[in-house]
Amino acid sequence: MHNKLLIALQSGVGAPDIADIEISKFGNFLKGSNIPLAELDDLIQPEKDKFIQSRFDIYSKNGHNYGIDFHVGATVMYYNKEIMDQAGVKIDDIKTWQDYAEAGKKVLAATGKPMTTVEVIDNWTFWPMIAQQGSDMFDQNGQVTLDNETNIKTLKFLHEMVHGSKIAVPAPGGNHHKEEYYGFMNKGGAASVLMPMWYMGRFLEYMPDLKGKIVIRPMPSWEPGGKRSAGMGGTGTVVTKQSKQLELARQFLGYAKLSKEGNIRVWKTMGFDPIRWDVWDAPEIKEKNKYTDYFGDGIFDILLEIKDEIQPVNISEKTPQAIDLIRKDVLFKPLKENSMTPEDALKKAADELRK
Amino acid sequence: MDRQVSAPADSKTVPTKPTRLRSFFHSQKMAPYFFVAPFVISFLLFMLYPIISAFYMSFQEILPGEETFVGLKNYQALNNEHFYAAVSNTVIYTIWTLIILIPVPLVLAVLIHSRFMLAPVLFRSALFLPALTSIVVGGAIFRLIFGEMDTAPMNTILIKLGFSPQQWAMEGGTAMFLMVALASWRWMGINLLYFLSGLQNIPKELYESAEIDGAGSLSKFFRITLPLLKPVTIYVLTISIYGGFTMFTESYVFWTNHSPGDIGLTLIGYLYQQSFENFNMGVGSAIGIVLLVTILVINIVQLKLFGQFRREE
Repeated sequence: MHNKLLIALQSGVGAPDIADIEISKFGNFLKGSNIPLAELDDLIQPEKDKFIQSRFDIYSKNGHNYGIDFHVGATVMYYNKEIMDQAGVKIDDIKTWQDYAEAGKKVLAATGKPMTTVEVIDNWTFWPMIAQQGSDMFDQNGQVTLDNETNIKTLKFLHEMVHGSKIAVPAPGGNHHKEEYYGFMNKGGAASVLMPMWYMGRFLEYMPDLKGKIVIRPMPSWEPGGKRSAGMGGTGTVVTKQSKQLELARQFLGYAKLSKEGNIRVWKTMGFDPIRWDVWDAPEIKEKNKYTDYFGDGIFDILLEIKDEIQPVNISEKTPQAIDLIRKDVLFKPLKENSMTPEDALKKAADELRK
Repeated sequence: MDRQVSAPADSKTVPTKPTRLRSFFHSQKMAPYFFVAPFVISFLLFMLYPIISAFYMSFQEILPGEETFVGLKNYQALNNEHFYAAVSNTVIYTIWTLIILIPVPLVLAVLIHSRFMLAPVLFRSALFLPALTSIVVGGAIFRLIFGEMDTAPMNTILIKLGFSPQQWAMEGGTAMFLMVALASWRWMGINLLYFLSGLQNIPKELYESAEIDGAGSLSKFFRITLPLLKPVTIYVLTISIYGGFTMFTESYVFWTNHSPGDIGLTLIGYLYQQSFENFNMGVGSAIGIVLLVTILVINIVQLKLFGQFRREE
C-alpha cells in the first residue's frame, strides 16, 4: 500500500484524498522540497495543548505538520502475574531496570523460565529502551546518534540479559509478531514482554489463554525517578495535495482524529491509547469493553500516571534505512548470533547511515 | 469468395476508399504485421519504454517534482556489502534452481511419459498443482512447517529421526534451502509440462527402430530422448536463469525483505528496498540496469554456446 501511494504521489496521478502512512515509512514522503502532502497546522494549532505533543512532531518537517496519529503508543511492560507470583516477585517492587534484571534472576531460578523475550529482527525492544532515556537513532536535527554512549550501554544491557545472566531469550521467530512467539507466550513461555499499548490487541487475538493473567505497568526506569515510557510506532493519517476536495478532506480528517468523539472511538473500536489525553479520564473510556475484560480496569490510570514521561522519537529521512539496518544487523548479530559486540554493531550501522 | 462476388456491386455505390482500406487489411503483406502488432505494441509500451526510462532514471536523483542528474553516483552507491550479499545470494540461488529444476523434472517427465507408469494423469496433475497456488500462500505454509520451535512440523520430524532442530529462517544455509525448496515445489510442475510436451513430439518410430537395433532403456534415453529434447531444455534453461536472477517472492514470504544479516536478500529484493522502502528510485533503477545487463550477457553466452544463433539449423 505504501508503495502504491509513493508511486501515485511521485507520478502525480492516482493518489487518494486521505491515506494512512506508517511511521517507519513516513520519512519517504517528506523527502525533497515539494512535499506532496497537505499541511495541517491550522487544524492542530487551536487545541494543541490537549494532545501529546510528540505525536505531532514525528510527522512534521520544517515546523509544518503533515499527519495525525491514531495513538500515543506508550510503551509499557506486560507482566505475566502467574509466573511472577510463582517466583515470589512483587511486580510493583520493580522500579528500575536493575530491579528488573534482579527479578529476572529470581524468575529464572524459581521457574526455569526467562524473564522476557527480546526482539532481534525488529525494533520494539531496543528503540523504546533508548528513547525513554532521551536518546534515539537520530537527534532532532537528523544527525546520526545511533552509536552514542547511551545506545551502546543499552544494547550491552540487552546482550548481558541474553548471553550473560540468560534471563532473556531472543523472541521465538525473531520478533513479537510471529506465530512462534504467540504460541510460546500464550503457554506462559516468558514472565514479561516490553511492547507499546497497541500490542494489547495482539494479546486478545493471539494469546487468549493469558486472559486475566497480564498486568500492565510502566517501563522500569534507568535510574530512580527516570522516565518510564516512550511513544512507539504509529500511523499518520495524511491528506494528499492531489485531492480534488482538499479543504473538505482536511476538515474531515481534523474532525475524525482531533475531536473528543473521534479519540474516544479510537479506544473503543481499536483499543489504542488516543493522542488526546484529556479524554483519558472521560466516563466513556472507563466503560467496560473487551480490553478491560482481558487486562482489568485501570489501564488508563497507568497512562495518566506516566503522561509526562512518554518520550518522543525523532524521525528523519533516513529512518526507513536505519530501521532496516537495525532489523537485519544491529540487533541480530550481537543478540541472536553473538557474532558481533554491541558496540561494533552500532558503530558499523551508524557509519553506514552517515555516508 | 463472397466478397469477390459482391465486389462490383459495392464499388458502384461506395467508391474507392473502403476498397482500398479493405484491400489493405486483406493484403498478404500486411497480415503478418497485423498479427504481431499486439505483441510489438505491448513490448514497446511495457518493456522497451520502461527499460529506457529506467536507464535514464539510473543517472538521476528522484524526488516528487525534482529530478536532478547525479552522474554515476547511483552506480557508485552499489559498492556496498548489501548489494554484494544480494548478488551472491542470487547467483547461488540460481545455480541451485538450475541443478534441481532441470534434471529432476526431465527425469520425472520421462517416467510419467513411459508406458509402464501407473496413473500418469494423477502424477502429472499432482506435480502441476503447486503452480496453480499463490506462492504467497504456499510460502506462508512453508514458513509454518519450517518454524523454529521444536514443535514445528519439520523440526518434530528431525527430532524423531535423531537430528537436532533447526532455526530455519535464521541461518544462511537453511535460509537458502528454504528458498530453493519453495521454488522447487512451485516450479517443478511447470518445467515438467515443458518436458512432457517435448517428449510428445519425439516420434515413436525412433524408439522402435532403436529397440530393433538392440538399444537398452539407458542408451535410448541418452541417445534419443536427451538430444531431441535439446530445444526444450535450452528454453527451460533460459527462462530458469532469468527466473533465478529475478527471484523475489520466495524470499519475501519468509522475511518480508528484511532478512537477518541479509541471508535472504536478492537483487530484486534490494531493488525493491531501495526504490520503494527507502525511496531511492535512482539507485533502484541502477540495480535494475545492472540486473538487465547481467541476465542479457549470461543468456546470450549460454545461447551462443548451445549454437542457437547459427542460422543453418
